[in-house]
Amino acid sequence: MTISRRTLLGSSLIAPALLRPAFAADPTKVAFVYVAPIGDAGWTFQHELGRRAMDAALGTAVKSSFVENVEEGADSERVIRQLATSGNQMIFTTSFGYMNPTLKVAQAFPKVHFAHATGYKRAANVSTYSARFYEGRYLAGVIAGRMSKSGVIGYVAAFPIPEVVQGINATLLGAQSVNPKATVKVVWTSSWFDPGKERAAADTLIAQGADFITHHTDSTAVAQAGEEKGVYTVGYNSDMSKYGPKTCLTAVTMVWDQYYINTVKAAIAGTWKSDDVWGGIGQGMVKLAKLNPAVPGNVAAEIATKTADIAAGKLHPFAGPITGQDGKIKVAAGASLADKDIAAMNWFVAGVQGKI
Amino acid sequence: MPDPGIILAILVATLRAATPLVLAGLGELVTERSGVLNLGIEGMMLVGAAVGFMATVVTGNPALGMIAAMLAGAAMALVFGFLTLSLLANQVATGLALTIFGIGLSALLGVDYQSHPITGLATVISPHLSEASPAVQQLLLIDPLVMVAVVAPFLVHWYLTRARGGLVLRAVGESHDVAFALGYPVIRIRYFAVMFGGAMSGLAGSYLSLAYTPMWTENMVAGRGWIALALVVFSTWKPIMLALGALLFGFVTIAQFQVEALGIDIPPQLLATLPYLATIAVLVLISRDTTRTKLNAPAALGRSFHPST
Repeated sequence: MTISRRTLLGSSLIAPALLRPAFAADPTKVAFVYVAPIGDAGWTFQHELGRRAMDAALGTAVKSSFVENVEEGADSERVIRQLATSGNQMIFTTSFGYMNPTLKVAQAFPKVHFAHATGYKRAANVSTYSARFYEGRYLAGVIAGRMSKSGVIGYVAAFPIPEVVQGINATLLGAQSVNPKATVKVVWTSSWFDPGKERAAADTLIAQGADFITHHTDSTAVAQAGEEKGVYTVGYNSDMSKYGPKTCLTAVTMVWDQYYINTVKAAIAGTWKSDDVWGGIGQGMVKLAKLNPAVPGNVAAEIATKTADIAAGKLHPFAGPITGQDGKIKVAAGASLADKDIAAMNWFVAGVQGKI
Repeated sequence: MPDPGIILAILVATLRAATPLVLAGLGELVTERSGVLNLGIEGMMLVGAAVGFMATVVTGNPALGMIAAMLAGAAMALVFGFLTLSLLANQVATGLALTIFGIGLSALLGVDYQSHPITGLATVISPHLSEASPAVQQLLLIDPLVMVAVVAPFLVHWYLTRARGGLVLRAVGESHDVAFALGYPVIRIRYFAVMFGGAMSGLAGSYLSLAYTPMWTENMVAGRGWIALALVVFSTWKPIMLALGALLFGFVTIAQFQVEALGIDIPPQLLATLPYLATIAVLVLISRDTTRTKLNAPAALGRSFHPST
């Protein structure tokens, strides 16, 4: 490329790194944007584990960095733009609320690759990726159905968005597959991270007769509430067993390692292209954490079988017949819900006590 | 008719949710009554939460943890006091900086303590909590800090209206020039009030990390410092009103969960706004008499004092 003064000026403002000749030794710069502090458990922590795994696998070929605790919205656009300006060739934005900021920045930096987690808008240089959390939720539901005496499962949830609704429905369907009388009580905290509120919500559910609690929020408060009151729980995002050694039976965890390794490899090789990845148990993106010894052997065996069935595609959590909260048939017998309907899920199955 | 177990659960949960707001709010109330506006509550609570948790992990004794949290909160407040009282920096800006500093400092201090699960205060006091019957469990959850939060508003009220020290403190907050002319050590009294505020914020933070959700994670205070600050203003600087406001806020938060768990048909978005709406509505009613509100507001609030001016 001929370097005129104008392009020199323009590109020095935009991407100085691209102007340098690409020596083989130059590591590819990869950046991650996190919505919360990394901590030692939770959504962001799992992404950080993925980043570390990617670093370890690709060694000197990459140079990765992250910015944590970035608020969704306008502030995130500034951070993403800054990362694009400072020569990162691949940027992962790891929270739903970064969707529009990511697309906006991507438009200004057509040569930088972006991947946005849990979003649904793509562009030529913006991929999306997410995991089929609901597959793990279904298995957790089976455990709940087997272990709960009252059949009342408490669910501490953040916001009524499809990703959360899928988890609630899948949990109940899993529980109903072994205990048809199971129900789920949902309470909303209206916050992804507020340990105090999550704790109060769990206490409330326990007081109202739920003897099995799970959550779709970011802290370990629910696992602790269960431990203190002797109620079984299932964690989310990360293994939370150390917060509930006696009562936290397992956790639905996300494993991004392989996705990050493959995506960055493609970016280095120049074969990266925008796509939409939605992996589940079969792809190793969703895993159940090690089962607590309190789970009896026959239930553990049942979980192992069902895990294998889901991985093989023999068991679909949203296979019909499914009746909605309003009494209408949502999925006919013999059919199973299509991906696009799962992604846009905004209804509860019969037996969920709660409102969207 | 709701079952008595649920009513008991609501009452206990309300008390527990209000406790950090009452503790931090009382500290700020005393600070403001002396004429100093400290917006750093959130930061001091976070540092208190982190230091209290660390001290408990190291010593194994939650009482020492609480003392350490109070000292840490007071130390943060001392920094604020030095900047605003001795160096006459702007109180609003310094307070905001203190919050930002506290968020960062607590994260830095606590980084190695995030994965230490500890036993909650209630379980430390009654080790067989998890096996007790639900009603007994509820009663056992009323830990010593909750009791402090129940008694403290009355003590602070008594101090500010009956004790000589409290009356002097209020005089300083009303007019530092007059108080100074009368021979009161304005700056020293304000240092005392600011550090009391810090210690109470630290204690409130340690309630969160030792009793309410026994763990340390970054930013775990999640805005309660700001709610405590708002309660001070809305309560028109009256300790008992402050406690009632905090209880109301706690109650509506808990009631929201109860209503949802009972399956009553109200949109969750509306329910989530209720604690704020209800608290504002009630406190606006309390403070609708503007003349009285103005009389209650410390006249010298937020103004720097130097003997030469």
